[in-house]
Formats: sequence, structure tokens, C-alpha cells
Amino acid sequence: MADLVQVRGLSVTACDDAGATAAIVKDVSFSVAKGEVLALIGESGSGKTTIALALMGYVRSGCRIAGGEVVVDGVDLAQLPEDRRLALRGCKIAYIAQSAAAAFNPSKTIMDQVVEPALIHRLMGRADAEAKAVELFQALGLPAPERIGRRYPHQVSGGQLQRLMAAMALITDPALVILDEPTTALDVTTQIEVLRVFKKVVRERGATAVYVSHDLAVVAQMADQIVVLNRGEVREAGRTDQILHAPADPYTQTLMAAARPAPRVQAAPAPAAAAPLLEIRGLSAGYGRRDAAGRPASLVLADIDLRIERGATLGVIGESGSGKSTLARVVAGLLAPAAGEVLFDGQPLPPGLAGRSAEQFRRIQIVFQNADTALNPAHRVSRILGRPLELYHGLKGAARERRIAELLDLIRLPAALAGRRAGELSGGQKQRINLARALAADPDLILCDEVTSALDTVVAAAILDLLAELRRELGVSFMFISHDISTVRSICDDVAVLYAGRLVEAGARAAFAAPPFHPYTHLLVSSVPEMRRGWLEAAAVAQPPPRVGPLAEGAALCSFLARCPVRIDGLCNVQPPTRRIGAGHEDLCHRSTEDLRRLQQAAGRSAAP
Amino acid sequence: MTEAPLSSLGDIQARPPRAGGPRLPQLSLSGWIGLALVVFWTLVAVFGPFLAPYRVGAIVADDVFEPFSARHLLGSDYLGRDVLSRMLSGARYTVGLALAAALLASSTGAALALFAVVSGRWIDELVSRLMDAMISIPSKIFALVMVAAFGSSIPLLLLIAAVTYVPGAYRIARSLAVGLNQMEYVQVARARGEGRLYIATAEILPNMINPMLADFGLRFVFVVLLLSGMSFLGLGVQPPHADLGSLVRENTSGLGDGALAILAPAVAIATLTIGVNLLIDSLPRRRRRSGGEA
Repeated sequence: MADLVQVRGLSVTACDDAGATAAIVKDVSFSVAKGEVLALIGESGSGKTTIALALMGYVRSGCRIAGGEVVVDGVDLAQLPEDRRLALRGCKIAYIAQSAAAAFNPSKTIMDQVVEPALIHRLMGRADAEAKAVELFQALGLPAPERIGRRYPHQVSGGQLQRLMAAMALITDPALVILDEPTTALDVTTQIEVLRVFKKVVRERGATAVYVSHDLAVVAQMADQIVVLNRGEVREAGRTDQILHAPADPYTQTLMAAARPAPRVQAAPAPAAAAPLLEIRGLSAGYGRRDAAGRPASLVLADIDLRIERGATLGVIGESGSGKSTLARVVAGLLAPAAGEVLFDGQPLPPGLAGRSAEQFRRIQIVFQNADTALNPAHRVSRILGRPLELYHGLKGAARERRIAELLDLIRLPAALAGRRAGELSGGQKQRINLARALAADPDLILCDEVTSALDTVVAAAILDLLAELRRELGVSFMFISHDISTVRSICDDVAVLYAGRLVEAGARAAFAAPPFHPYTHLLVSSVPEMRRGWLEAAAVAQPPPRVGPLAEGAALCSFLARCPVRIDGLCNVQPPTRRIGAGHEDLCHRSTEDLRRLQQAAGRSAAP
Repeated sequence: MTEAPLSSLGDIQARPPRAGGPRLPQLSLSGWIGLALVVFWTLVAVFGPFLAPYRVGAIVADDVFEPFSARHLLGSDYLGRDVLSRMLSGARYTVGLALAAALLASSTGAALALFAVVSGRWIDELVSRLMDAMISIPSKIFALVMVAAFGSSIPLLLLIAAVTYVPGAYRIARSLAVGLNQMEYVQVARARGEGRLYIATAEILPNMINPMLADFGLRFVFVVLLLSGMSFLGLGVQPPHADLGSLVRENTSGLGDGALAILAPAVAIATLTIGVNLLIDSLPRRRRRSGGEA
């Protein structure tokens, strides 16, 4: 069968501000047969998006195609004049970008935007285009396909928007669809649904697709062929099975290793006789104006109880909006809680920043997710690290310089970096500096808010190793916030699961290795893609929750009730869930432990190969 | 930069800063032109009066609106005074007064904005409404009243120009500071227990300098125009001295003849303001963020 896409010797160069040119894609060749899905995989800076864009004959400003050819359906896009390329884009070749939220115009209705490619290319009339859009909405499993087009982009969820973008791309029946990290920004529970419909639609329509991703496990579900890229060069290319089971290139092997987080926890720390380092009791917090009872307008956290032992690491997981970042902000003092108290080392912490002592500030440090915004771009590394040294330890001059060099050594960065600004560092280096700033204070507790989420798998794995090592050497406690249960399981002693601002399950890591789980934890665990083909097909399709009667007013019902596949009518919708406290483990569910184990093992068996 | 090819974009971002030691600021061609103009006018402002061939008020030419000649390089004005001498003496009012007033306005605005942003809601509200009230006073009327009340003097003109442009500078600075105040590095500083002064001056201020400088260039032009307008009404620098704006105003009758007496000061104002803005626009900017995902 003829190859639809043939890329031969493609090179793309970029010019920076100083006028220096750098090759960002070097002599890349691959081909995609009609109806196949090819995945481009690599970390950031590997040139995968640049190649994907070049498939439309497009390069970002400052870049140019320096050589080679990009043949799509017999036409070399690299040679084509711009107006002919325009006729192909969005018509014959469609592109689905990473962030649907940024790709939609917030002031136009969804339908207007979805039918736009068909109208621009004069392929069909408006009525036909709308009918086709509705048909696509249905195929993509969107709710209320007849009406969803009338909404505006902010009125649908992130996962729905991503699917709507797919509808926009597919409305012209393109020969080639390019999917650029389409599920990276989604929660893991949403990702599985989006992947499933993408795969179905691509198969049904016989489209040829190029799937760009950094996540091998996701790619394993989608692709027939995989091209592994690093620094703009092809490291390895082959069928999916070969790459997954017999990677030949050492770089591919590194990628595979990084994608399977190995446990980094050694022996759990000896249970301290003294009070826990941090204890959170009945904590509620939120944003907005407070009413007479002190309840904020939007309550983000409700009734949280947690504790972190000295030297232990607590993992807090949940999807976006579950309130996990707010929890860190409350402990750091950036947000005053609405109710409840936080005990640090046995002493109650003042609610806001105002009443805290210098010593309390020093002992609790917070590390934010995005090192780009967490490091002041105006400051050099020496100043970023030097300020806490000066503030907390009164270090000046040579002593300060020495300590900065020690800190850089601790995070495995060369001392010469001290003179650079944040903008001159790579993403992984920035995250290390971000961490080192917290370490400079010699803290007892570090709050890590999604510190690896913005990083590539390989870099993230290195940061996790570093964290584990710091813990071993310095005995610091961590609160590790993440949306990724496999990351949390690999470095934490205890795990707490948040859903919609409430704790649904908490306990030692061992309890999260096998059922029974709380139904929500089970959903999280079973939604993490596994690195084998066929996982997506085998993974249990989320069952619609069983019908329940009207919800009881005023009762603190289970927060997961609305989505729970095993909810019980007459119990879950009228009574608050029972809190079960076992040996070092607690969860909130009406189902008995045996019930949960039985249901979840059954689900696991049907998903097994 | 060496000529060696770089292996990837990542290398460009992570390249080491150039070796230490003094080096020329990296300016574009337009930046160098701006710098040259600004230096030129600064020198004229400082040394102009000593270089002037004639006294400011002396009527030395044989005729009014004379074209250029060896005796009068820029011709004569409507009273037969030497235009070059008057410009050399007058430049210091425009350059000095406008520069000082614009500096005062921008720095006061920025300081107030930082104070308002780090001090919490109530103070922010108070200062902002005060500035709104000030912005509602028409600048020319305010200047007229002030001059009528206190008589025209250089310090008063400086004060009027500065006060007039503080609210505008405050608005720009506050909107910048509000955005920066939400940045995570500011929150980290807060959670570290830093005081307000440190947060305002060390964390927020360095990141708003560049946009504030661009705003300063704009304010400078506004002040030059305000002073010229004041002089036009006879309320600015008092005769026989004159700033560049007054020179344009007093020679308007020569406009029909295309007299040098009006063209020269007009061109002087233009080159000064363009120079300042070219220079500010081309100041090397820090990279806001490293490149996106590739």
C-alpha cells in the first residue's frame, strides 16, 4: 500500500535573537502508510512538535525548513507556495493541539468554530456542515450532541473541549490528522475517555494519524509505529511492539525506564514516639468573601484530617480542582483556613502569615509546580539561593558563597551556575534550583506542589531520585502533591486521596498496591495507562453510575457520589459515608471492604491480558 | 557568540553568560542613534550657554527672520535675536525640566503603586481613588491655576508637570505590580516571611523596570509638550529666557516664510523626543521565559 506521508531528510533550523542558527530537526526520515497511526515520541526540545508542524508545511517564526522533503499524498509541502499550502491545511491535513482551551476563541460558539474549516474551504454548506458536526459529536461521545454546539468554550469541560477540537479537525474528512499531545493537559481519568474516542474515530474513519507525545504508555495504546526522537534526531523507529518489548537504542531504554517509576522508598521511618511533625485537624478552607459563620463563598477543602510523621513523606493525590494545592497553601500560611487547625511539631500554627515566627517560616518551605514562575527572572541563582541563607541563618560574604556552592552540589548542579539567571537554565535545572531554595532554609517540612508534573519523564525521574536521596540524607519530611498515582506510590510512605475537597482515602503506601480501594482511588489507579498494547481496549469502560433517588439535603454526603459506579441507592444518597479506620488506613465508603475487593478484583481480571 | 553550530535550541537557552568585565551594552542601530541624540542634547543642555555666541536677549541681527549666514548659523528670530544662541541657552530648560519632571512623575507613580499593592486592599483602594481624582483634573487648567496663584518659576513648573503625570504613571505601574504580585516567586517570598519592603523592591520592582522605562519615554514627551504649551500661553519659562517650546511659539509668525527660527527649535524637540524613545525601546530586555515546547 502506498505511503500517505513520506518525510525524507527533513532539517529545520532556528535563528535566535543573536542571529545564531541552530538545527532543531536534523535529517529526519519516516513514512506513514494509509490508515496507520505513527507516533513521534521524545522529551521537550526533541523537535517532535516542529516535525508535526512541518507536516503541514508550517514552521514557527524564526525557523525555516533547511532541507529535505515532506510529501503528503504525493505533494511536497516543503516546496509548495504558501497559498497552496493554505488550501491543504485544515482541509486535507488537520491539526489537534495540546491545549484546546487556548485553541478555541472564547467569544464564538463551539458550533461556529467547529464548522469553520468546512466553510473556509467551501466543502459544504452551513446546514450540511452542522449536521456533520452533530454526527461527529455523537461519534466522539459528547453529551447532548444536538445542543452542545450552541455553548461557548468555557461552558464545557477540558476533556469535552479536547474532543470538540477533534470534531473541528475531522469535519473536513482530512487524509492526515496530526495530534499534538492531545491528552497531556487532561486528568488521568479524563484522558482514558478521550483516548478511547480518539482511537475509535480514527479507526472508523480510516484516517492516517501522526500522534505526538512524550508518554510512551499513551503512545502504546494509539500507535502502529513509533519514531523515537532526541535532540532533533531519530534515535529509533519501528513497530510499536518492537519498541515496547525490544528497544534497541539506549535512549529508548532510558525512556522506558523513566516511564515505569521504580519504588524509591527504603525502609519506612521508625514510628516516632513524639508528636507527628504536622497534624491537620478538621481543616476547611476556601476563597471568596466569608459569610457570618466564617464560611468562604467557595469552599475548596472540607473537613480534612491528615498527619505527617517526622521524616516521612505524605503523597496527596487528586485530579485538578480537588483542592490539593490549596492544602499546601494553607499549611504554608498563604491562605488562612476557614475552620480547623494545623499543628506543627505539636504547636498550633497561626492561621495566616501574620502571626508566624521566623522559625516557623524557616521550618516549612513550599516548592511550586512551575519553576518558570517560581523563580524571579530578575535574580541570579546566587541571589535566589542566598536570600534564605541570609534571612534565616544570617550568612554573609564568603560563608554564604560556600553554602550556595554546597547547595548546588547537593542538587547535582555545577557551581558555575550561580551566576546565571533563571531564564538561562533548562527546565530540569530550574526545578532543581526551585528545590534548592527550599533546602537552603534547612526546613523540617517541604511542601512539593506538583514539582514533576511540568517536566519530561526522564527529567522528572531524575528529580524524584533527587528527592528520595535528600530525604535519606537530610531526614526532611515532604508533603508531595501530585495528580499521578504512580509517582506518589514510588516515593511516598503514606498516601491521601482527595476528591472535590474531601479526603476519600488515606493510609500507608502498601494499602494502595492492591484492592480494596475507595471507588475513586480505584478509578484513578485503573486509569493510568499501562505500557502494553491493548490495555486501552481491555480497560473497563466506565459504567454509568446506578440510578439513585433524590439526594438528602444538608447531609455531608460522599463527595464522589455523583460519579461513583458502585453507589447504593437508599444509602449513599441519604447518609454520610461511614469512616472506616483500620490499621494505619482509613476510607469513607458505604461499601464493605470485602465488597470493594470483590468488585475491583473482578474489574482487574477482565482488564488483564 | 562563537560560530560553532549549536546542537539544539536547548543549548541556545542554556548558554553561559558572556565572560565578565565591562562590555558595551548590546544596542541595535536605532538604539545607537537614540543614544547619540540623547547624549548630544544632554551635552547641549550642560554646556550650551557657554558656547552661545551671543547673549540670550540681545538683538544682534540686522533683520528679523534672517536665513542662515556665517554670523547667525540658524538665522535670526522675530526680534532679530540669534536663534542658535537662544536654542543653546533654552535647551537646558526643555531637557532638564522635562527630564526631572518625568523622572519625578514615574518614580513617584511607581513607588505609590508598589506601596498600594503590597499594603493590602484598603490602602490600595484609597491610593487608587486618590489618583483617579487627580486624573480627573485637566492638566492645563491645573497649571494655569497654579501659575496664577504662585507666579511662574522653574521649581513650580517642575512640580506642576510632575504632579500632572503621576496618576498616569501610577496606573501603569499598579497594573504591572498587581500582576507580578500574583507570581509564584512573590508567594514564595511571602511564605519565607519576607517583609513588604523587600517584596516590593527586590521581587516586584526589578520585573517592572522595563515597561516602566517605556512609559517614562512617553511621559517625557508629554512633559515637553506640556511645557511647550505652557510657554505658548506665556506661563512657562519667562522671557528673555525661553525653552524650545517657547522658541517655536514666539516665532510662529515666521511660519509662512518657512523661517529657520521656527524650524530649528521644532526639529530640536522632535530629535530629542525621538532620541529618548529610540533609546528606551532598544534597551536590552531580559528574556521573560525560556523558549516553549519544541
